[in-house]
Amino acid sequence: MEILELLGQGFGIALQPLNLGLVILGCALGLFIGAMPGLGSVNGVAILLPMTFLVPPTGAIIFLAAIYYGAMYGGAISSIMLGIPGASTAVATTFDGRPLALAGKADQALITAAGASFIGGTISIVLFTLFAPPLAEVALAFGAAEEFALMMLAFATFVGLGGDDIPKTLFSIFIGLALSAVGLDIISGEPRLIFGGLPGFFHGIHFLVLAIGIYGIGEMLWTIESSHDGVKVSQASFGLGRILTHLKGLKGSIKASVMGSFLGYFVGILPAAGATPGSIMAYGAAKTMSRNPDSFGKGNVEGVAAPESANNAASTGSMLPMLTLGIPGSPTTAILLGGMVIWGLEPGPMLFIEHQSFVWGLIASLYVANVFAMLINLAFIPAFIAVLRMPFTILAPIIFVLCVVGGFAPTQDMHDVWLILIFGVVGYLMRKLDYPLAPAVLAIVLGPLAETSMRQALLMSDGSLMVFIERPISGPIMGVAIVLFLLPIVKLLHQRRARASA
Amino acid sequence: MIKRKMFMPLLVLVSSAAVFMAGPVQAWAPKKPVDFVIMAGKGGGADKMARLMQTVIEKHGFSSKPFVPINKPGGSGAEALMHMKSKQGDNHTVMVTLNSFYTTPLRQPGLDVDISTFTPVGRMAEDTFLLWVNVDSGITNVDEFVAAAKAAGNQWIMAGTGKGQEDQLLTTFLNQAYGLSIKYVPFKGGGRVAKELAGNHCNSTVNNPSEQLGFYEAGKTRAIASFTPTRLPLFPDAPTFRELGKDYVYFMQRSVVGAPGMSDEAAAYYRDVFARVYASDEWQAYMKKKSLQGGFLTGPKLKSYWAREKAIHKVILKDIGEI
Repeated sequence: MEILELLGQGFGIALQPLNLGLVILGCALGLFIGAMPGLGSVNGVAILLPMTFLVPPTGAIIFLAAIYYGAMYGGAISSIMLGIPGASTAVATTFDGRPLALAGKADQALITAAGASFIGGTISIVLFTLFAPPLAEVALAFGAAEEFALMMLAFATFVGLGGDDIPKTLFSIFIGLALSAVGLDIISGEPRLIFGGLPGFFHGIHFLVLAIGIYGIGEMLWTIESSHDGVKVSQASFGLGRILTHLKGLKGSIKASVMGSFLGYFVGILPAAGATPGSIMAYGAAKTMSRNPDSFGKGNVEGVAAPESANNAASTGSMLPMLTLGIPGSPTTAILLGGMVIWGLEPGPMLFIEHQSFVWGLIASLYVANVFAMLINLAFIPAFIAVLRMPFTILAPIIFVLCVVGGFAPTQDMHDVWLILIFGVVGYLMRKLDYPLAPAVLAIVLGPLAETSMRQALLMSDGSLMVFIERPISGPIMGVAIVLFLLPIVKLLHQRRARASA
Repeated sequence: MIKRKMFMPLLVLVSSAAVFMAGPVQAWAPKKPVDFVIMAGKGGGADKMARLMQTVIEKHGFSSKPFVPINKPGGSGAEALMHMKSKQGDNHTVMVTLNSFYTTPLRQPGLDVDISTFTPVGRMAEDTFLLWVNVDSGITNVDEFVAAAKAAGNQWIMAGTGKGQEDQLLTTFLNQAYGLSIKYVPFKGGGRVAKELAGNHCNSTVNNPSEQLGFYEAGKTRAIASFTPTRLPLFPDAPTFRELGKDYVYFMQRSVVGAPGMSDEAAAYYRDVFARVYASDEWQAYMKKKSLQGGFLTGPKLKSYWAREKAIHKVILKDIGEI
């Protein structure tokens, strides 16, 4: 087997003491970068990029990839512990991770997240190793119409996630879509909804600003109101016995993890899609396939396992178009790509031929990073749990500072900090009025992707909607999306009829 | 629209002379980390270049304080320009620019940005443009391209970056020069545009070499003509439009500017830093590899270059009805 031989050589590179050290350091740094709301892998990789000139190119890229990898594990931590998704990829993890933490099962949620991430990572790297070049062709076949169909599929999977009140879910989605329209429109080249030209609105409203606002600040206001004095954010206990029990308990969520891994990987390899739609779709699919879908959103470990395995798989997946096509599949891989260019490693179809040892060294390092990220993650769980034991009066100001710093860091614009505070109050009010918040947050991520791809496809087809149905790849995806959209309605009618006859 | 092309060796000489001259008089140095504003999003061409410059500065210790990159891509650079304008008199803010430096203030007069007030630091390179098709199309030269595009009418799709940006200006040129009605579809970023062509989702593009290089080397796409005064060494088979009888040359500047009203001492410091970056082995190798042209320009020469480019872009934008 030629691939095994190449992979073996790759391990030879990845296990060199320097590279191994870089992988471990990168995973540990990434874990904390990912766990800090607002910092995220994009900024972590961007900040550390210039530091990497101290080591040879292969080591540098391995280090950056390890940070990316570690951050994917870390993203779950703040989602579970604080209820604030540190990155858009971890939004779906909050749905069940947070309720689990509030029920005193934070350790179980964290262990499940680590286990699922490991499964997602492993499956995706194996797929990457075996099928990188043919999958690059798949990525190339995705144009604007296919991308829009995929976005519809992502929207369809989360229509059912909002809860029972469909009008309120729709309201929340549309608020998110409206917010996502702010900023420059690339098709017309005109700024939209910038409130008379406020400079801060030119760069649009970033996902993090909304997520930190409504999950961070809004949640804090909610907790302050609902618990007067001396209440902890969540009860948490920890012990070796519990770890072992939970590790054994992973078996129960293995189906969700494997499904999430495949889904996440395939969505991840598509340029522009990235890990966020993948993790949402995995959550939706796990809920649909589950024998008791009603427990989702209330603390079902499968609801943690599916999105966590998917976002790790997708992060590996998004390296595929970066390496084979030179197209970053996610913002973080865009920075990695920049790093490779600086090092003279030209990504693209020739990379696998001209820089074979680099490519296989990187792939092998992903296997290594996957193992270490999980071990480091498990090792730090007691520390995370200890944080949760702090009284709310101490924890709340810390969360507040993290929120403000996290909101300021990416753009270094006070405008975004004010927006976070406004969204915090709005989020609190929405929650008080029982509006689901997740659809708004997901809409702000998927909205721009869906809008641009739809308009590009329609421009090409002279406004004919058939372009989404006629094309061999977009047609079937669109079909599945439509079925998923109709499913809740059919279910609703069925329930009504059942109730009427009872 | 003819641009004078200068000779590389001469320029390297001039820029290294500038380094020596700037050396002894250098008294000012930054007192805190320098804000390195990037007028484009993360991962794009301008961003990659800015991060290369930052890496070179750090690696060789050209600056006593670090350069901290901040992306301000909003509104085709409007956000970055507004930011620079608000930094009037600031000695710790410099920005990497491209051609939206001219076009955005022209298209959005409401911004009230006067680029002639910005402090010239250095033009690091001029990026080139070529006309690309997918190899599957069987098109090998401009005549075949024109015939195919004419036959397709407005079903011929040109993928490009944002509206009113460089790619669209070039598309308008092709439409006017050859009587075509190519349809322009904007995508986010040149890398994405290159992929659209490789995946056969559009018929042609006008990418920079750095964006198409990977697909070109893999034999998926082909350059059929270049918008440069002479043929590019990397693409000897692609004739220039000038050779084909259309006197059309277009470049993208890769320049560094300082905040308006920056002190003369600070301006001299940054000029020195970027002259050294330009002369560095890393930058020279990158320019060669990416087929970048142009020498280091600074001071009044860079100012007059901007004035000329701005005038050229005003005419083009008027022609296509953008202003």
